[in-house]
Amino acid sequence: MEKKIAVYICTGCGIGDALDMEKLTEVVNEEGSAAICKTHGNLCGQEGLELIKKDMADEGVNTIVVAACSPRVLYDVFDFENCIVDRVNLREQVVWSHKPGDEDTQMMAEDYVRMGLAKANAMELPEPFKPEQEFSRDILVVGGGLTGMTAALEAAKAGASVVLVEKEPELGGFQKKVKQIATFPYKDLQDNPLDELIKAVTENEKIKVYTGAQVEKTVGGPGVFQVTIRQNGSSAEHAIGAIVMAAGWVPYDPEKLDDRLGFGASPNVITNTMFEDNYTGAKVTRPSDGKEVNNVAFLQCAGQRDPEHLPYCSTVCCVTALKQALQIKGQNPDANVFVVYKEMRTLGQAEDLYRKAQETGIIFIRSQDPEVKAEGDKLAVETLDEVLGESVLLEDLDMVVLATGMVPATAFGPDVAQEEKEAEGEEKKEEEELEVPLDVIRRSNILNLDYRQGPEPPALKYDFPDSHFICFPYETRRTGIYAAGCVRRPMGIASVKEDAAGAVMKAIQCIELTSRGAAVHPRAGDLTYPEFEMKRCTQCKRCTVECPFGAINEDEEANPLPQPTRCRRCGVCMGACPERIISFKNYSVPIIGDMIKSIEVPEEDEEKPRILVLACENDAYPALDMAGINRMTYNAWIRVIPLRCLGSMNLVWIADTLSRGIDGVLLLGCQHGDDYQCHFIKGSELADIRLSKVSETLDRLALESERVRFETVSIIDYPKLPALLDEFAATIDEIGPNPFKGW
Amino acid sequence: MANAETQSILVVGGGMSGLTAAIEAAEAGYDTYLVERNPYLGGRVAQLHNYFPKLCPPYCGLEINFRRIRQNPRVRVFTMAEVESIAGEEGNFDVSIKLNPRYVNERCTACGKCAEACSMEIENPFNYGMNKMKAAYLPHVMAYPMRYVLDPALVKSDEAEKVKEACPYDAIDLTMEAKTMELKVGSIVWATGWKPYDANKLDTYGFGQYPDVITNVMMERLASWTGPTQGKIVRPSDGEAPESVAFVQCAGSRDENHLPFCSGVCCLASMKHANYVREQYPDAKIYIFFIDIRALDRMEDFYNKIKADENVRFFKGKVAQINQDETGKKLVLRVEDTTAEALQEITVDLVVLATGMEPNTAQIPLPVEVPYDDYGFIASQTAKPGIYAAGCTRTPTGVQESVQDGTAAALKAIQSIARR
Repeated sequence: MEKKIAVYICTGCGIGDALDMEKLTEVVNEEGSAAICKTHGNLCGQEGLELIKKDMADEGVNTIVVAACSPRVLYDVFDFENCIVDRVNLREQVVWSHKPGDEDTQMMAEDYVRMGLAKANAMELPEPFKPEQEFSRDILVVGGGLTGMTAALEAAKAGASVVLVEKEPELGGFQKKVKQIATFPYKDLQDNPLDELIKAVTENEKIKVYTGAQVEKTVGGPGVFQVTIRQNGSSAEHAIGAIVMAAGWVPYDPEKLDDRLGFGASPNVITNTMFEDNYTGAKVTRPSDGKEVNNVAFLQCAGQRDPEHLPYCSTVCCVTALKQALQIKGQNPDANVFVVYKEMRTLGQAEDLYRKAQETGIIFIRSQDPEVKAEGDKLAVETLDEVLGESVLLEDLDMVVLATGMVPATAFGPDVAQEEKEAEGEEKKEEEELEVPLDVIRRSNILNLDYRQGPEPPALKYDFPDSHFICFPYETRRTGIYAAGCVRRPMGIASVKEDAAGAVMKAIQCIELTSRGAAVHPRAGDLTYPEFEMKRCTQCKRCTVECPFGAINEDEEANPLPQPTRCRRCGVCMGACPERIISFKNYSVPIIGDMIKSIEVPEEDEEKPRILVLACENDAYPALDMAGINRMTYNAWIRVIPLRCLGSMNLVWIADTLSRGIDGVLLLGCQHGDDYQCHFIKGSELADIRLSKVSETLDRLALESERVRFETVSIIDYPKLPALLDEFAATIDEIGPNPFKGW
Repeated sequence: MANAETQSILVVGGGMSGLTAAIEAAEAGYDTYLVERNPYLGGRVAQLHNYFPKLCPPYCGLEINFRRIRQNPRVRVFTMAEVESIAGEEGNFDVSIKLNPRYVNERCTACGKCAEACSMEIENPFNYGMNKMKAAYLPHVMAYPMRYVLDPALVKSDEAEKVKEACPYDAIDLTMEAKTMELKVGSIVWATGWKPYDANKLDTYGFGQYPDVITNVMMERLASWTGPTQGKIVRPSDGEAPESVAFVQCAGSRDENHLPFCSGVCCLASMKHANYVREQYPDAKIYIFFIDIRALDRMEDFYNKIKADENVRFFKGKVAQINQDETGKKLVLRVEDTTAEALQEITVDLVVLATGMEPNTAQIPLPVEVPYDDYGFIASQTAKPGIYAAGCTRTPTGVQESVQDGTAAALKAIQSIARR
């Protein structure tokens, strides 16, 4: 496409009052690439938009620079079909945050217009990625328990075809043995409707069920997964669009519990899941002799909330204990049933069931450290009752039920990265120098992904493949694969059903977006994707190792094999590549490089230092806008370029910046570490790691290391930003001018 | 279901659940109307300073969600809007929506000239009335839509013309009136959220009587940069830094005289608040009075983190009464220490009542008959065929569960209109 560029400068919202518009227009004319440059007092108004549309129609304008407000506002207003648009933020980040009529403010605006033009010249309209393989809209559900079956049925109801894989010979999972459930409205126990669900799943024409089967191999990416399913010694292949991983949980091994809980000391000490095995709806009986139980104690948090065992709370055990206690009371209202708990956790309306249990005469004892005493066929629990403040002895117990917790099915198997490291031994050292923190990926035999980074989604804390994001709980680190149910986090029945539906929603959405060549969360709808100029690749593997989503495979020669439908478009690979072979149509090393080069660097004697700020576009950049909205002022030597993610920062930009005589570089990225906030998981951390290598570049150029700095900024840190920017500017001023000026 | 006349979805409530439902459905290719009563999206979440357990700001996720809306023409947002009536059935609902006047039209650029010209001040609802703001206002710094609002009191006042004149873009329309809009939709997600339980009803706790007894939602505003104190946690009575703060858990919750259910988030919220205070005041002493600490799943880690702080004391016991001491400067809590079976008196500078969530449906039910539970929640996913409940309309939920619920509700809504 031959570009016809037009620049429209808005003079509204104080822009025209603060800046010399003639001079700004002159900048455009001097630069020379724009055929048209117009100013308007209210560009976003009807008249302003007509002006632009008229030029598009009459003059064939197809590339537009709108120099007005932040790109974060009026996006839809300045969105023209088949037209390249770049927004220059003169309002929030120039005139609202700098002295009006000031020379420095004017120079800032002029540079931003130059940078906008540089970008408009360099960028292209995206062409959506279309995979060569046939596109599938089918959903694979791995796991045929309550979550998996609910997911399959929900997906089918929404019109999708489903392949459901269960490793056991029958559908049902753990719930298969559960006779009664406690869920909404939590007024009483209900019969478990699981058999109806199994029937509905089995009879649904849209659901193909494999039982006694496993996923042997998963190749490809969203829309183009090829999944091999192994059943009874034979294999079946399915084309799959997206995957719901509902692999469930296993009970914590009671053999590992502390001796004081008495497991193994008496057959009458059982776990909450063993209780479900035994409860047939008839009488609850004592395992040792089949005698009906009269005195039972439930001990909560057995090996849970305990750093030696499961450090977390499994969330369902309190309600489960209430249910089982009520079952005993139901068969024998005179039974003595004790629930020894640390904290009673009956959230929401489940409080009603707790109240019912109290009214039924179940005795609740708050205690942190109960001890089971088993001697012959005598069973007792001794415990310090916190409310009474004294030790109580529950004697002549028929049964003790221990509330053991849930372990996700993903928690088993060795860590692939560790395995590789051990296998390769010394050889691996060189790669370690990258210091890129590798994800823990366990060989747990659930999806068996044919991915360079490992066969399963990365395990997060305590091996749950859950998202780390409070706002986006379904964002696993593998695109198009959504964890649901107790594999994701411990949850009860009502939550599981919601979760299954939610994961299916994400799967359907992923398929839809991918079919249009668009990215999924968080850059949902982005039509660009990374293109690799393979002839310049040196097989250094950085892109394949650093991609936070494991989107890039490798061939035997270590050439990257990108799978664009797995890509989230963060640009981390682009930042990692030392040969700069990875580009997006509207975002690339040369595009940002051209923007940097378009910044005018005043001579040393003008005493006007220049500072490049590379800012995360989701957090630091909006924070700068908000500083402007609050009319906070800060140093006008800075020039801000938003980045998709700081992880897309390529070190060559730092070298280019400094060798042009720009005096300092400030990177504004998200918090990393355990509570990371980066929406591309490792982006800001990778940028920080790369930056630690920049000292070589600085040394080579004989420049002070203080000229380049990384700062962590959150989106609400805008009140701190002016001081931060001013302080950095003062530091740069103190160091003195960059000796490369004028070269 | 098969004969869905219309293929669009109505989402009522622009908080975390509704916002999520609307965006998720739209990104899957469905037309969505998002209707919100406030002049901005984000609901209660927009008023929070940080989320537990990561202590990260809600604005970060809202920024992503607002960008998703901006870039997706399939979501159409109506703020200051309320559903008046629903007729019809699954696949074919007729909905009537009342659009309340903003007195500012889409020509607004958020330049702020109207606020500059305005001298009238009103109570700031975003800060739970803890400070005043101009009657021509941007609801908050990241408001979506980024558009000013005129309070009706200003419009009726003598100042109205002056404010109107100040707008360079002719964006103020003083004659604007409530309008009714008719929509045809295939399915509906109801996500009207919650409101904090009225602390005035807790008559022994002195809320409303003693200014230094505040609620948990007010604490969020005190900690926020955009709050009445620019993020400084101080006593409302005298602006002084508190040396000791008491958190009263289950203030009205798990109580048959008030809210018999558990709101699920207050324990963690108070721990987060304790963290806010401890970050600002390294010597401050914190008491958390609780019945049970409810930190589910990995939230246990957050509980352990707060418990490790020796200035934070977890105190198992019910607060019976809160009074001022004789100097009138401090607050005295009478506490039944259930562990020691003694009555204790504890004196502090600031009291935060952990009040619970009341579903908005308890006061403003749906304009169509659906079943509620004893507390006004629609306790199941499907309220009636084609109408789905999400988030705190269904049960008290935290942010993650609201998103989970909103996403699930989007799928149910799609099922109602999916062509076979």
